[in-house]
Amino acid sequence: MMAIATERCQPNCCDTDSMMGQTGTFAPIVDILEKENEWLLRADLPGATAETIDLRYERGLMVIRASVPARQDEKETRYLVREYGVGDFHRAFEVGEGIDASRIEAAFKDGVLTLHLPKAEEIRPRKISVQCDRN
Amino acid sequence: MMLANRWFPVSTFGDLQREVDRLFGTFGKCGNGRESRPSVYPAVNVWEDGESFFVEAEIPGVKMEDLDVQVVGDELTIRGQRPAFADENGTFHRQERSVGEFARVVALPAGVNPEGVQAVLRDGVLTITLPKAEAVKARKINITNQ
Repeated sequence: MMAIATERCQPNCCDTDSMMGQTGTFAPIVDILEKENEWLLRADLPGATAETIDLRYERGLMVIRASVPARQDEKETRYLVREYGVGDFHRAFEVGEGIDASRIEAAFKDGVLTLHLPKAEEIRPRKISVQCDRN
Repeated sequence: MMLANRWFPVSTFGDLQREVDRLFGTFGKCGNGRESRPSVYPAVNVWEDGESFFVEAEIPGVKMEDLDVQVVGDELTIRGQRPAFADENGTFHRQERSVGEFARVVALPAGVNPEGVQAVLRDGVLTITLPKAEAVKARKINITNQ
């Protein structure tokens, strides 16, 4: 069944100002939507391509990686404004055993990754019919 | 208003274990970082060379037809809309990506030639090239020996 857990907060995860404009690895922002028969995950991976995205599901862990090459020569470029850095993406999600791993599907368009994680048969909701007991 | 695309370099926090999010976790006040991201969207990088200014913005999910780029004088305006997905029946466990309209004005340090402005949108990255007006380009002055 599903892992029950709380978000692991990082000690200084809200301090983005000091990190603006750095290169390095970035955690992409995501939407996670639970539907009746699947989990739908969307991740912003601007600058990545389908070829540079690496998705792995192993032992209940869904790992998203994307390598994003530098678009500018960081040493030579004369920046006037630098509000974000460019670098690889990496984020992992603990999914647990409730996913049918053989049917995971992914698509990438306009810099957005869409990941379909079908629920395993045994955890899908079932409609239970109620029998009338006339005795 | 939409918010920016990125949080922080993961490498700051070290080992893989600490980077693992829980797919089914509750909304974390800290980890979602929504309030910590800049309120201006999209974030831009601006640089220059001798001929042009360059403005780059990350706008994943925005389609060409939903994007409007204008130059008036030395002001560049990027306007657009990131659509909500139609098929959204279900329960959001995380909703970090904002949708809706956005507009950002970038004041350039000098005039540009509006006729020569080019914009390219690729894999969620918008790159705008703005040729500098002739009057502001650096000129090499020849020195003659007498």
